[in-house]
Amino acid sequence: MTHYEIKSSKELRAGMGEGLVEAGKRNVNVVALSADVKGSVKMDGFAKEFPERFIQCGIAEANMVGIAAGLSLCGKVPFIGGFAEFVTGRVYDQIRQVMAYSNKNVKICGSHAGISLGEDGATHQTMEDIALMKVLPNMTVLVPADFNQAKAATLAAAEHVGPVYLRLGRSKMPCFLPEGEKFEIGKAQLLNEGKDVTLFACGHLVWEALQAAEALEKEGVSTEVINIHTIKPLDVKAIVASAKKTGAVVTCEEHLINGGLGDSVAQTLAMHCPTPMEYVAVDDKFGESGTPDEMLTNYHLRAADIIEKVHTVLKRK
Amino acid sequence: MKTTAELQQIATQVRRDILRMTTNAKSGHPGGSLGTADWFVAMNFNLMDFDPAKFSMSGEGEDMLFVSQGHITPVIYSTMARRGFFPVDELKTFRKFGTRLQGHPSTAHNLPGIRMASGSLGQGLSVGVGAALGKKMTGDKHIVYTMHGDGELEEGQIWEAAMFAGAKKVDNLIATIDYNNQQIDATVDEVMTLGDLKAKFESFLWKVVVIENGNDMQQVLDGMAKAKALTGQGSPVCVILTTKMGYGVDFMQDTNKYHGSVLSADDLPKALAQLPETLGDF
Repeated sequence: MTHYEIKSSKELRAGMGEGLVEAGKRNVNVVALSADVKGSVKMDGFAKEFPERFIQCGIAEANMVGIAAGLSLCGKVPFIGGFAEFVTGRVYDQIRQVMAYSNKNVKICGSHAGISLGEDGATHQTMEDIALMKVLPNMTVLVPADFNQAKAATLAAAEHVGPVYLRLGRSKMPCFLPEGEKFEIGKAQLLNEGKDVTLFACGHLVWEALQAAEALEKEGVSTEVINIHTIKPLDVKAIVASAKKTGAVVTCEEHLINGGLGDSVAQTLAMHCPTPMEYVAVDDKFGESGTPDEMLTNYHLRAADIIEKVHTVLKRK
Repeated sequence: MKTTAELQQIATQVRRDILRMTTNAKSGHPGGSLGTADWFVAMNFNLMDFDPAKFSMSGEGEDMLFVSQGHITPVIYSTMARRGFFPVDELKTFRKFGTRLQGHPSTAHNLPGIRMASGSLGQGLSVGVGAALGKKMTGDKHIVYTMHGDGELEEGQIWEAAMFAGAKKVDNLIATIDYNNQQIDATVDEVMTLGDLKAKFESFLWKVVVIENGNDMQQVLDGMAKAKALTGQGSPVCVILTTKMGYGVDFMQDTNKYHGSVLSADDLPKALAQLPETLGDF
């Protein structure tokens, strides 16, 4: 088992913030827009470094999407930042028309995504954003696993031509991936090789999957862990190869059970190699207030929940 | 540059195109297209600085136009074809399977002249604001124009964009409102009166030019020139273009009946009889 250590505890949104500053240094056309939440979404570093390239849009996300699309025409690479719910669900049609259908080079940074947002409650805890964004043709959907990967994903998004949704959490989470690792859009990341079961995970749940794998290995269950940091385009080849090898799959995500990573994997398996599969995701319901820890535990998104699903799926092999 | 008389002749041909395109497609939106034909002709042939042969997405070194009420594709495509963006003959493919002339403007079919999908109402002003900011950032002194329906102003995003453009002094932007007081269900006054539209925009820190008769070519030319003269002074500019929906055909005028319904093949000749063929039909 490849052992991963917690090197620090950091917010993924802050990784994006650092990445954005770096992207701004590399490319003078990178611009950032925020809807009165530049501090919350960690765009304040960019705004300070490049004040003439930061656009304060006020509390008007729909307008922000349109402005970004207009800017992209003039060769700019706009990053729009906001709470994930309000830069996806709230402005779904705007994104559909002027970003996805019009295929514009705009990047959405959705911070505070998922139930680990915690205390703010269900109004702000989007667990539908992956579903909403991945169904849009032309859209690339990135869900990095930790601070370092969020930074790398931001840099990759800046270089990619086309609309991108970058999903980021608010809370401090284990930082365990190496600093400076290149982020390859669409390439699944093998974190641990195994032969009995595969865990396909994304976002905050990649760490939980690694914890589950360590425990399972001790039980004698050889567990493959693959980080699907790109939900779209999906690395179908890697998913099929691993599923064929292990013959059992559990998907792990901080998203509703409908429309997220699990459904993408299920679709792939159904078409290419039907394989017993279980979901670790949030049931068809909204969240509530509580600490991030309480949320992940009470909504069954922990390593222990993954282990339980592995036991279930192994019986179905 | 065309003379006013020449522009009027083109506008008459554009109106013929609009009617023939929509009847040919058995669908589309002739009403608002007829009403704004004079404005589109004036913009395409005299007012905007661009070269259709050198169309680029970036619009660098050119004026740009975003038509927010994308349903008026008949007038958009006819004026584009007559201006040389693509062959006039292609107008017969409007709304047909495989066409570049989609029901609403699209960038997915490589039609030169279109930079953004539109027709989901209320979004074009934001896009125009973004392009205008982009021009400022890149040092391009050209103007960004947008066009909107008056019913479209019921969309909240319009006012987000209006507030932004006024507050941020986006003064290389001219937004024209097709003020025909018609929308699908009833008059705009009945559905959601706009009240004092000029005062609304002024209170959002815009300068406003009113064109009393947007179906008078000379008034359109003069009003838009006045609007252009107001750019670069720290405020975006709004043009309230008073038009008659369905203008040019007596029985189609001053009604919302032809907003989204087309003339039958039987009725088409009656309408065309009021619009002499000036440049040759497609």
